[in-house]
Amino acid sequence: MQGVPLNHYILFSTIIFSIGVIGVLIRRNAIIIMMSIELMLNSVNLLLAAFSAYSGDPAGQVFVFFIMALAAAEVAVGLAIIVMVYRNTRSLDINTLNRLKW
Amino acid sequence: MMVFYFVAFLSIFFALMTIFTKNPVHSVLYLVITFFTFTVHYVLLNAQFLAVVNFIVYLGAIMVLFLFVLMLLNLNEETEPMKSNLVKIMGTVAGLCFLTTIIGSLNLLEASNPLILKNPDIGLVHNLGKVLFDEFLLPFEISSILLLTAMVGAVLLAKKDPKKAQSEPENV
Repeated sequence: MQGVPLNHYILFSTIIFSIGVIGVLIRRNAIIIMMSIELMLNSVNLLLAAFSAYSGDPAGQVFVFFIMALAAAEVAVGLAIIVMVYRNTRSLDINTLNRLKW
Repeated sequence: MMVFYFVAFLSIFFALMTIFTKNPVHSVLYLVITFFTFTVHYVLLNAQFLAVVNFIVYLGAIMVLFLFVLMLLNLNEETEPMKSNLVKIMGTVAGLCFLTTIIGSLNLLEASNPLILKNPDIGLVHNLGKVLFDEFLLPFEISSILLLTAMVGAVLLAKKDPKKAQSEPENV
């Protein structure tokens, strides 16, 4: 986009990333927590694309492509784990999974 | 230029709705809108390949997977576990502290030049494909192994335990 300062892209991505962090901290539903993680991944993707456009280097956009492949793998495994947890505990509350808690 | 600020506002609004809505299904739908606004951002950056991939992979595949699992588990507002207000406030304050730290460190950075596309063609499929299959060929092949591993892992994890299924046949 012509004319938008790079700072505003950084600011915008930071805000979205913080929203993702807040979502992880305040929700107890495991699926919503994974959705917040997706939000964080996406904000980083947008920032990589903005920097790549800023410096005229296509490598940044290739990195975004790899992050998307990684996110797809992460979601598939994560949702399988969530389905298994639900089958065993009958809830998605992450506070029921406190065996590993110190 | 105004389009960026408008779409950025929409993204932030729908992202906030995603984490503050009680009903998980509504949450997923708001997240779909958020990802759609991200696609618009990619179009504004002239990263057309990323826009298309974002649209197909995130909106088409990942969000449908989320929605499918939510409906499979039959979740709704009544069964939604909520944290106490104290934890919510503390979480929000912690997130805002993170935001303030990054914004404060931005002041030290001299990167406020306007974003002008030096080479507007880098986001096209033609150019990205050349880079992807030349410089990044090895990571590309390794990512295919990663996806295969994830597929096998997901099938293994979500499969019913055969011994358990025999002892408790009514267990879903």
